[in-house]
Parts: sequence; C-alpha cells; structure tokens
Amino acid sequence: MARYDRAITVFSPDGHLFQVEYALEAVRKGNAAVGVRGIDTIVLGVEKKSTAKLQDSRSVRKIVNLDQHIALACAGLKADARVLINRARIECQSHRLTVEDPVTVEYITRYIAGLQQKYTQSGGVRPFGLSTLIIGFDPYTGAPALYQTDPSGTFSAWKANATGRNSNSIREFLEKNYKETAGQETVKLAIRALLEVVESGGKNIEIAVMTREHGLKQLEEAEIDAIVAEIEAEKAAAEAAKKAPPKET
Amino acid sequence: MKLDTSGLESVAPFLGVSSELVGGLSGAPYFELPNTANFDRFQKDAIQMVKPAKGTTTLAFIFKEGVMVAADSRASMGGYISSQSVKKIIEINPYMLGTMAGGAADCQFWHRNLGIKCRLHELANKRRISVTGASKLLANILYSYRGMGLSVGTMIAGWDETGPGLYYVDSEGGRLKGNRFSVGSGSPYAYGVLDSGYHYDMSVEEAAELARRAIYHATFRDGASGGVASVYHVGPEGWKKLSGDDVGELYYMYNPITPSTVEQEMTDVAGP
Repeated sequence: MARYDRAITVFSPDGHLFQVEYALEAVRKGNAAVGVRGIDTIVLGVEKKSTAKLQDSRSVRKIVNLDQHIALACAGLKADARVLINRARIECQSHRLTVEDPVTVEYITRYIAGLQQKYTQSGGVRPFGLSTLIIGFDPYTGAPALYQTDPSGTFSAWKANATGRNSNSIREFLEKNYKETAGQETVKLAIRALLEVVESGGKNIEIAVMTREHGLKQLEEAEIDAIVAEIEAEKAAAEAAKKAPPKET
Repeated sequence: MKLDTSGLESVAPFLGVSSELVGGLSGAPYFELPNTANFDRFQKDAIQMVKPAKGTTTLAFIFKEGVMVAADSRASMGGYISSQSVKKIIEINPYMLGTMAGGAADCQFWHRNLGIKCRLHELANKRRISVTGASKLLANILYSYRGMGLSVGTMIAGWDETGPGLYYVDSEGGRLKGNRFSVGSGSPYAYGVLDSGYHYDMSVEEAAELARRAIYHATFRDGASGGVASVYHVGPEGWKKLSGDDVGELYYMYNPITPSTVEQEMTDVAGP
C-alpha cells in the first residue's frame, strides 16, 4: 500500500507555510461572507452568484446548520466545505451522546479549527481551502457568539467579521459602522455591509438570521428585497438631509 | 490466478495520517478473537473470578440540602477479612464523589482516570463538567470493556449547575439516574433502613444520621460489610466528610448497656 510520508505543507526558509498562504488566496477568491453579532440576534450573509436558469437554487444553500443552535457560512472551496461541515455535524451529535449536552459555539469552532490545522501538518494532504464563520447561542448562558476559522487552523471570536472576496472593504465598513444592535437592526447592518461589495438585490444575497428562540431562519428573497429597499430609502434620506440644512438658518 | 484478498486487509494507517483523517471510521470491519481455550465460557469465568469481591455496602441519596454518600470500609476475600480500613468513597474532584463496590483496583483506577478526564474537560471548556457528563464518560469507558472482567458498581454523586446529581454506573455498561441508591452485598439491609426513614426535607444532620444508621444495620447483618461507616455530604460548595465511626462503637451507641441493679453491695473484705 502506498504510504504518504512526505508532507506537502512544509516551511519555507523565511518561516512561511506557503500551502496555507495559497489556501488563504483561494479563500480570497471565494464569495463574500459576513457575520454580525447583535444582542439577541446573530446574522450571516453570503454573496450569491446568480443561479443558472436550469439550476435548482435550493441545492446550493451556502449557510448551513451544524446543530439546532449553531450555523456556519464559509468562503472558499465549496467541496472542502462539505467535508468539514459533515465532520462538524457528526462531532456535534457525538458530543451530545457522550456528555448529554449540546456543544458550545467555542467547542465546535475549536474542533473545526483543530481539523483544519491537522491537515497542515500531515503527510500527503493539503489544507482545507476555506475560512468559516460560525454563529450560535451558548446553550448554558444564552450569550450570542460569532467565531471565524481559517485554513491555518486559528480561530477567534468577533463582534462582526467578513471573509472571502473584498472582505477588507466590508470589514472597514463594519469597523466604522458597528454598534450593539438587536433584532432587525442587526439584519440591516449585515445587509448594508454586504451591499458594499455586492450588487444590490435579493437575488444576489443570501441571509440567515439566528435567534435564541427560533434557531436559524433563512430569509426569503422577497424579505431581503424589502430590507434592501428600506436601506436604500434611508440612504436617500440621509443624502437629502445633507443637502437640506442651509434651508434651516 | 492470484486471489484478491484486499478485502481482508485492515486499513493500514498512512504514516502521519491518522485514521481520524479518513472520516473517523476505519476500513473493513474486523474483530480480534480472544486468546482463550474456551470461547463460550471465558467471559462468565472472568466475572465469577471477581464476583465475591462485591462484599460491601455503599449508599447515596439526594435530599433538600444536596447528596449524602456513605459506605463501610471492609474488604473481604471469601471468608477472610483482608482489611477493615478501605476508603470506599473516592474523591474524584472537590465537588464530585464516587463510591467503590466490586474490584477495588478497578474502582480506584477508573475513578482516578475519570478525575483526569474531568479536569481536562474543565481546562478545555473553561467550565466544570456536569455530573451527567462525568457519569456518561465513565459509563462509556466501562461499556467498552464490557465482558473483559471489570467489576465496578459505583455511584457518581456531585453538585453542578443544575443542582445535586446522582448516577449509578456499573461494569455491565449500565447507567441509571436516580434519587436513592445502595450498592453491594449489604445493600438490601441498607435499603430497608434508608427507604423507611427517607424524607426529602431532612436537614444535613438528620440525613447524615439516616445514612450512618443504614450502613450500620447493613454491617450488622452482612458479614462482608464492616469496619468504619464513613458519611460524606455534597453541597453547593463541594463535598465534606462528616463522620467516620467504627460500627462496633455504633452498636453500643444504638444499643447502650443499661447497668442492672445490684442487689447486694459487695463490701471490702477486711483483711486479716
């Protein structure tokens, strides 16, 4: 039997792991994904390339459930994502079976990140080419959480973050405009962030909203369109207000 | 023509690629045959070897103020009392106790192992493990050794975020959640006293006295139980040892000798 004892991911003379960096490049080419954490709501948004006419759009869900209280969105190689998501789903159930308790968001993030790291330090395999955004509510404290992992296997918690194409612009927007929000405001903030880099319209965005009581809810195209219209109206009003003040002297 | 026996080969792990990478499940299923003369009887024989050793009385019950855990301290090998001072209540960590019945080595080792696992869980998850989780970890380990001759009949008692917790776990892989348990050869006698005297709303002192009495009565009637009756209480702050009384002394406490009236005083014999 062939034995793969040579690692593909090896250090370069100046201390880089090129395979991991190339994987990050693959992520940068993937569709934009954004996550925003509110007080009682957490929102994931993903850029949706227009579906081909003959394609069944329901089979291309980009935001998935890992368990009743945890959801994941990713940017990068979708096939790698499928494998990672399946392993994470098994781990969620395995945890429920062995300790009779649901996983915390931190636990499953740590598991996924650990898996991604393993593939940077094993023979004959390449790293996973995706970064994930994981959201959920802590089953004990009820606190909302948003985590990000990347191909190197690092993970950290965020108030709001973006990954994939143009993630830097989205992150800049979020840094300027983030504040603690709740309910619909959180959804609007996520959509506004995504609209910075995506063509406006419900058919180019996929949004999922997670609340403590109702779990994950994917928004319909019509609902997204309505919110986008609201945002545009607010923007227009703000523009008009900027031009208006001289009248009020 | 060469026969294709690849289906019989187990998946050899690639160097550096653990079987975890291959979906967590190894390849073709296979099982190893045990190295004994008698495939049909060896499991029963193994159990018979350790069966006499469950000579003990342990009990635990949940009440208003937490969990009360008590046990005797005698170890017997058939008719020989090998020790009167065995610690049958094992301190897994500051808020969880385990009781020992069955093979002493098995209980001690696996409880210590459970303690390690609980600590690792705390470090990884920044929160204490629940009694449910701890008992499940132990039960899963014991289940994986099922039929190999482990003899463990233990109760895991502790206090976690959901309040007091009590589970019975044994080497057959069984795990039961409950409010009152007694394990060991003296358990029928202990149950008698425990069940008839139990109220949920007891104070700590009353519950301790009930537990002590139940162990005492079991040691009185069961030859394989004796020594010292230890009583522990598990509260929200953790466990605390309440008492350890020699059952011989307890006998005289419960059955004091009333001096009989002397009819004639004996006078000093005046010496010649």
